[in-house]
Amino acid sequence: MEGFKNLINTIASPTILFTATMVLFFFIFPLNDWFDKWNRRLKLHLLWTKKAMIIAALLMAGFFLFGLSDPDFRSIVLKPDNVPISGLIFLVYFFTWLSMHQAYQNDERLENGEKVDEHYDAPNDKALVWPDLVYVEFIALILCSAFLLVWSIGLQAPIEEPANPTESPNPAKAPWYFLGLQEMLVYFDPWMAGVVLPSLIIIGLIAIPYIDRDPGGSGYYSYKNRKLSIALFMFGWLVLWDMLIIVGTFLRGPNWNFFGPFEYWDIHKLEALTNINFSEYIYVKWFNTGMPNNILIREIWGILVLLGYFLILPPLLAKTWMKDLFARLGSFRYSVFIVLILIALTLPIKMYLRWMFNLKYIIAIPEYFFNF
Amino acid sequence: MLEKFRDTQFYKSIFRGGGVPKSRRQRMMVVLNSVFLHLHPVRLPKHAVKLKFTWCMGGLTFFLFLIETISGILLMFYYRPTIEYAYTDIIDLAEQVPFGIMREIHRWGAHAMVITVWLHMFRVFMTGSYKPPREFNWAVGVILLLLTLLLSFTGYLLPWDQLAIWAITVGSNMARATPFFGYEGPGASLLAIGDINFITMASDARFALIGGRFMGEAALLRFYVLHCIGLPFIIMIFMAIHFWRIRKDGGISTPV
Ligand code: HEM
Repeated sequence: MEGFKNLINTIASPTILFTATMVLFFFIFPLNDWFDKWNRRLKLHLLWTKKAMIIAALLMAGFFLFGLSDPDFRSIVLKPDNVPISGLIFLVYFFTWLSMHQAYQNDERLENGEKVDEHYDAPNDKALVWPDLVYVEFIALILCSAFLLVWSIGLQAPIEEPANPTESPNPAKAPWYFLGLQEMLVYFDPWMAGVVLPSLIIIGLIAIPYIDRDPGGSGYYSYKNRKLSIALFMFGWLVLWDMLIIVGTFLRGPNWNFFGPFEYWDIHKLEALTNINFSEYIYVKWFNTGMPNNILIREIWGILVLLGYFLILPPLLAKTWMKDLFARLGSFRYSVFIVLILIALTLPIKMYLRWMFNLKYIIAIPEYFFNF
Repeated sequence: MLEKFRDTQFYKSIFRGGGVPKSRRQRMMVVLNSVFLHLHPVRLPKHAVKLKFTWCMGGLTFFLFLIETISGILLMFYYRPTIEYAYTDIIDLAEQVPFGIMREIHRWGAHAMVITVWLHMFRVFMTGSYKPPREFNWAVGVILLLLTLLLSFTGYLLPWDQLAIWAITVGSNMARATPFFGYEGPGASLLAIGDINFITMASDARFALIGGRFMGEAALLRFYVLHCIGLPFIIMIFMAIHFWRIRKDGGISTPV
């Protein structure tokens, strides 16, 4: 039992959990034909069958039930404001399954030359709102109300000690839906994690329909013809958003240290980490000269790296790997698309630089609060 | 008995037409005659009424918003947004008010609404319903998502307990790192004439948000006003646009 718990604690650590996810993700949600081929070969598409859903749901429920026997797990999962996130885990899983299940079914139908499930023969296939839709809505409404009522009677809303601005709790956590952003604070300064990245999420979401203009695949679930869009959206939504929230809620304890789900939140847990800036690597470790005084000279390497990343990589990709995409989108749409993707990718990149090299900032200009 | 009642002058005066809607025409008239049902079209594609297509998530989000409005109004009867009273009013709410689960309904409903908006967005994405002609409504939806989160965030402060102020402190501290407009943000020092900085601790984005240099009375009042009046007002306008556009864009998306 203890062995199993220790195993889970280890697997749950960000490095392992995130790496496993990164490796598996695009095989589960194929990004292109190559991944799709492997998806079929590894039989990962079976994940979207009814059987797999039932097994997965049982496993997840089993894990939670087992976990509840552990005091550390219980104290974090049953914290009133964390209950919705347990719910979120199940709901996100179920609806991911539901949409993928229907998508793969429709893909199969299309392949066999049949019509998709949502096929609609205007104006014959019309249903009346009264009573057909109103009936469904009414039931949904009753169920939702009943659910909320039971939840409200069963679980009291939290209220802690009166506010005390001089005594900060440890850890101090933002509301759960912003914990993905707070988790990003580990790797980015507040101006990025708290301001720029959230703004870009909003802008990026709004930009989706203006970038993905392929009129096919609208109005029904499908995957095959929308691989790139769906895989990228899934990655942002499931990994960079939901997973970070779950990590931030359940696995971050005092001093924002990592704690496994079965680990006691020890305030004195030490993570002796000294993080080093890119410029320090260059001047101190490699050139052995000591840091230059001029800010520009000091940071020029990081600036060059970033310029290369944002200015050289996009045209390079457009010429090679993303040639078709570039042709389809045109230069303006392609530029917006690729810059948004590259910015999103800075998060996993910075994570790995941190884990592997203890890298703190690529550009560090604390004099002007500009650290990246 | 019920059928008779439906033929009375009283019933007919409320529900135009009266009687049990039996024929196709009568059923269509039910929708056309009702201000509430009129949000809907009269007829719609068969797959659009199926739960497995829309998951009813948009509808549930709207329903939860209505629940939040009603329970929120009830909470406002008891709650005073001052440092002196806020906390004790919340305590009293649970202990003194009969059937005191309004706060639970409001809080859990808010959490649920955040989840349903996300899932609604996810469903819209997966059915490709953001594609033309629905691009703009998707954008309106993104604004609705943002507003939902902000509503939830502003409400989080109001109990004025440790959980509340520290969660909001973590959140609003980010504002002081806003590029150019936060006093610890990159570029803020560029907004200066000579030695005079325009962006200081008492004039930056964070100051605007919490109405002071520290979390206090002004922050509570600001969040209260935004939470109870400002944001609901704005979100209702955007919801109206959202619903209007669903109809104008041809109703629930269908395969072409
Ligand atoms: C307060 C939040 C929101 C409410 C109350 C709301 C409500 C609704 C409702 C009732 C529908 C009808 C179909 C359905 O239930 O799925 C709908 C459709 C739609 N919603 Fe929302 N919504 C909200 C947020 C969003 C968000 C965050 C997005 C996307 C970012 C979005 C994009 C759309 C689009 C594109 C449609 C048309 C779907 C179609 O034609 O199939 N909405 N919304």
